[in-house]
Order: sequence, then C-alpha cells, then structure tokens
Amino acid sequence: MTERQPVAAPGLGGRTPSTLDRVVGGRRGRRRRRVAVMTTLAALIVAVFLISLMVGNTFYPPSDVVRVVLGQDVPGASFTVGRLRLPRAVLAVIAGASFGLAGVTFQTMLRNPLASPDIIGISAGSSAAAAFAIVTLSLGATEVSVFAIVVGLAVAVLVYVLAYRGGVAGTRLILIGIGVAAMLDSVTTYILSRAAQWDLQEATRWLTGSLNGTSWSQVGPVVVALLVLGPVLLAQSRNLAATRLGDDTAAALGVRVDRTRLIVIVAAVGLIAFATAASGPIAFVAFLSGPIASRIVGRGGSMLMPAALVGALLVLVADLTGQYLLGARYPVGVVTGVLGAPFLIWLIIRTNRAGGSL
Amino acid sequence: MITGTATPPASGVAVVRRPRRVRGLWLLVAALVLLAAMVGSVTIGSRDVDWSAVLGAVAGGVDGFDQAAVAKRIPRTLLAVVAGAALGVSGAVMQGVTRNPLADPGILGINLGASLAVVTGLAYFGLAAASTTIWVAIIGAGATAVFVYTVGSLGRGGATPLKLALAGAATSAALASVITAVVLPRGDIASSVRSWQIGGVGGATVVQLEQVLPFLVVGFLVCLLSARGLNSLALGDELAAGLGERVAIARGAAALGSVVLCGAATAVTGPIGFVGLVVPHACRLIVGVDHRWLLPFSAVVGAILLTVADVLGRIVARPAEIDVGIITALIGAPIFIAIVRRQKVSAL
Repeated sequence: MTERQPVAAPGLGGRTPSTLDRVVGGRRGRRRRRVAVMTTLAALIVAVFLISLMVGNTFYPPSDVVRVVLGQDVPGASFTVGRLRLPRAVLAVIAGASFGLAGVTFQTMLRNPLASPDIIGISAGSSAAAAFAIVTLSLGATEVSVFAIVVGLAVAVLVYVLAYRGGVAGTRLILIGIGVAAMLDSVTTYILSRAAQWDLQEATRWLTGSLNGTSWSQVGPVVVALLVLGPVLLAQSRNLAATRLGDDTAAALGVRVDRTRLIVIVAAVGLIAFATAASGPIAFVAFLSGPIASRIVGRGGSMLMPAALVGALLVLVADLTGQYLLGARYPVGVVTGVLGAPFLIWLIIRTNRAGGSL
Repeated sequence: MITGTATPPASGVAVVRRPRRVRGLWLLVAALVLLAAMVGSVTIGSRDVDWSAVLGAVAGGVDGFDQAAVAKRIPRTLLAVVAGAALGVSGAVMQGVTRNPLADPGILGINLGASLAVVTGLAYFGLAAASTTIWVAIIGAGATAVFVYTVGSLGRGGATPLKLALAGAATSAALASVITAVVLPRGDIASSVRSWQIGGVGGATVVQLEQVLPFLVVGFLVCLLSARGLNSLALGDELAAGLGERVAIARGAAALGSVVLCGAATAVTGPIGFVGLVVPHACRLIVGVDHRWLLPFSAVVGAILLTVADVLGRIVARPAEIDVGIITALIGAPIFIAIVRRQKVSAL
C-alpha cells in the first residue's frame, strides 16, 4: 500500500470530509487495530506460555521459571520446567503457529474457509506417514519429517488432480478431500492396530494430536521448519492476496501465478508435515485460526501473521485446559476437536443461511 | 412406473429397470455369492479348518480346536451378515429419503451418534443391559440424523449433497472428539474405546445376535414397506404428492426404519462406514432404481460386502486381524471420491 499524505485536514473550513479522507482514515484505523490486536495476541501468548511453565503438579513461582528459561540452574525446577514443561510449551507455540499459518494460506489460496489442510486430508496424510515412520519403521525425527512432507505433498497433488475436471471447483475439492481424509485416517488406524498393542496414547496422538511426552528432540525440526518456511510464506503474502482476485487479474498485476502457488503449497505443506510429525494433526487448529484471526483483526491486510498468532495461542490454551481444567487429562487434540467442530457446524449454518456458494 | 415403452434404453443412459427375470437371476447369484462368503468366513482365519470340522461345529459339536474355532466364527459370520444387510438397506433408504447420492450412515455421522449415546450411557448412567444399549443407540442415531439433516438443509437449495456431506463430516468430527473425551478418563471402559472408534464384528456372541435381531427385523420391514413411497419421493415432493403420496409420512417412516437399522447395527458392531454408501450405488447399476428391488438387493450385497471385508481383514494381517471398519473405509472412500467426481458442480 502506498503511503499517502492526508490531503485535507478534516473539518477544514467546515467542509465535510471527502471520500479520500475517509479511505485514508479507515485505512489508518484498520492498521492501528491490526497492530493493537497483534500486540495483544503476542502478549497473551507470552502470558499463557509462562503460566503453562508455572502450573502443574508442583507450582513454581515466576522468578524460578524465568531463571530456568534464561538457562540458570534451579534445583528441581530445572528438570520439571526445563525438561518437561518447556519443550511442551514451545512445541505448543511452534506447532500452533505452523498450523495457523499453513491453514490460512490454503484458505486464502482456495478462497474457501473449508479448504484448510486438516479438512481436505493433507494433515491426515502427514499423520499417517508419520505414524508409519515412527510406529512401523522406528525412524528418527528428521526422517519422519521428510516422510511426512513427501506424503503430505503427494496428498495435496492427489486431491487437486482428483478434483480437476476442466478447472477445480472448491466444493468438489473439499468433498474429495473429506473422502481422502477418511481413507488416510483408516490407514493410520490400521498402522496403529498392527503395532504390538492398541496404545490409546499413541492413537490419540496420530488421530487427533497430542503434546504428551514432548521432548526437545521432537521440537528442534519444527522450530527450524517454522523459521525457514514461515518467512517464505510471509514474503509471498502480497502475491497470495493478488491471486484471490483470480488468476488472470493476478497475472495482470505482475504476479507469477503458478510460481507463487507452487512455492506457497510446498511451504504450507512443509509446515503442516513438520508440525504433524511432532504433535500429530492437532484437530481443527489450521481450520480455526484463519477465520478467528479475520474476525478480530477485521478485513483488509494479510491474515498470515495474525492467524499464526491465533494458532499458537489456541494450542497453548487448549493444552492448558485439557491438562488442568477438566478433571481428567485430555490430549490437546480432543480439546480443540470439541471446540472446533461446533465452530465448523456454525460456519456451515451461517454460510447456508446467507445463501452463499459453499 | 415411468417406463411404459418397450424400447430398450440407449447405451450410455442409466438403467431404470431391468426385466424381472434378469433381476431375479441377479438376486439368486448374489444369494449364492453370500453363501460362499459365509462358508469362507467360517473356514478362513488364523487357523484353517477342514470341512469335517465345519460340519461338526455347525451341528453343535465343540470337539477339538478346529471345531471350537469354527464355533467362534459362526456368530461372527452371522453378525457380519445381518449388520452388513442392515447398513446396506439403511444407506439405500437414506439416499432415497434425502435424494442424495452421498448419504450414508457413516458419512452423515449417524453411526458415531449411536456410538456416542452408548458410550455416554456406559460412562455416566451405568448402562449395562444389552437390550437397553440398543435403544440408546437408536435414539442417538435418530437425534444425530435429525441434527445433520437440519443443518444440511438450511438455506437456499435445501439439502444439497455438499451441504449434507459437510454437515455430516463436521458432526462426525465433533462426535469423535466427544467420544474420546468421554471415554479417556474412564479406565474401566477405556479398554473398549477401540471398539467404539473402529467398527468390528470380531467379538460377536450368540446372545448379542439374539438381542439385536428383533430390532433389525422391524427396521427391515419398515424399510421394505416404504419402498413404494420412496419410488414416489424420487420424482420430487410435488409429483409424489400429486400421485397421492403423503410425503411427510412416507419420508418420516422410511427415515425411521433406516435409523433403527443403522442404530441397532452400530450398537453391536461399533461405527462401520461406507457400506451404506457403496452398496446401493453398486445395486442400482444391476437392478435399476426401483426401491422394491433395490432394498432387498442392497441387503444381500451389504451382507456380502461386510462378510468379505471381514474375511479380508483376517487374511491380510495374519495372524492378527484388521477390524472390518478399517477395510470398509479403505474400499469405500475411493468409491465416494468417484461418485463426487461424477457429479456435476451445479448439483453439488
């Protein structure tokens, strides 16, 4: 957006503000709101992050927690906070941000809130691959991530090809994605059932996502993936916004449409795959983050960064809720699933009511 | 109904009806295939048995390992047959009632609704008696069916396949999460969670069969009696009313029958998806769209599908087993995709 000097000061000579004034004012207001919302989200993430390091079987005061985070040795807290709670909280933030970012990317690119990777089967594919690599082949973290990204990309291509019939209709793509997801979920279930015995903990991890038993070795690849692929996606956000106008218009605006799409898909699937390999496909985070972000930020501007923040906050809060607020300890995916599904239903109802083309 | 002319359908046009003789022949063939599948189901497993043992066990003998193995497989085979038939008919009726090619008790989340009702009953209300379980499952299935249909039919265009399938997928996701949430903290029933997440026929007993059979018989009868009404409904509500059909009653009765069938089946087997989707589509290719033929045929083919899927699950993973719900999803999901691909975008 080119900066414009405010042309006429409002109220000059008692004149009503011109259209230009209103546009400029509106844009400035939106930018202000955007900055405020994103700052608030970031502050909330830090706050919840610290809370999740403090609470647990043993309560540690903020001072202890901060000292552990800064790398000092605190008896007791160093192990509990540094080895158990910290990797878990870090993975919550990173995986949440990855899911949010990838989800909103797909939703923007396909111009449909339902076209998020967890609904059209990409997360299910990565999850099946990760489960296979870990449970059946006993591979290490990096190989698992590679496996998950290859299968995730393959699923993305497969869904696209299956939905292509002289053009891709969003509705067909979503339905086919649901079918593919159902199949991949049963592959995951099969893989898990071939393992020595039905381990409910493992099963919930690969079917709905869980942060239980997170260790630093799992967190590393996800952090690297977000640090590499996140900026790639953010750099493409303007081109991505242009493709929303349609391929021809975007091309006329100077966007290399196919190249943008390829980069964006690979980066988004990469984020999904790495995060899924570590935490499982945490239900509905990719689907929810974008719509929530655009509700609180308002229209206009790229939704990528706000959605990443919302995703991170969502997973942190859901994990905290699942662990301590519900009596029993629930994996994070169950909490986001119970929260997310009604939202999905509400979205369907609202879109139906509006008579819009779903 | 519509065909008064004797001209054969042009190639490429969907078959509306076949000569009665052809359909009778196909029904006979299907029944023979089912018989073969049942025989396969009692002989094939982690332990192969010979004919004498099968015959001995069918006669009631339990001498030796072989006969004991067969004796375990008989109720399992029978359950696969009746559950498959129930799901096949339930799917055919649901597709007729909603005039929707993607309707299926699994895809619409109705099986999971039955599952959730049973699990909640087990966890919080001390549900124990098997016959009560079936009632609870039917109520859960019915409530879910009403909910999904309401959500899917809001707004312009009524219950289009896309809206229904989406409403079903969303509801399934919600129900699956809630089922996990209900069961996880309950160590005492958590061991049976798996059977409420993946459908299977492995643990069938004769007692279970006896309890579920009356419900299934009632469901089958209601569905068969509404076959004619479904034929009218297929023409559209206005035309059906014009033909003298009481649309609301016909639709309600058929839906009730279908919900009883899938609810009762789910109460015993757990959620099994895609049988109700695949079977009616396959049957329509063979016998046409007349529900008076389609429903019995769907019952037989559904029974074949579930029995064969169960046997496959035992062969593929020897000496372990794969639950039949996994196999049906692996077979059914590609067919779901093929059906979606065939639809015109405007129809979605």
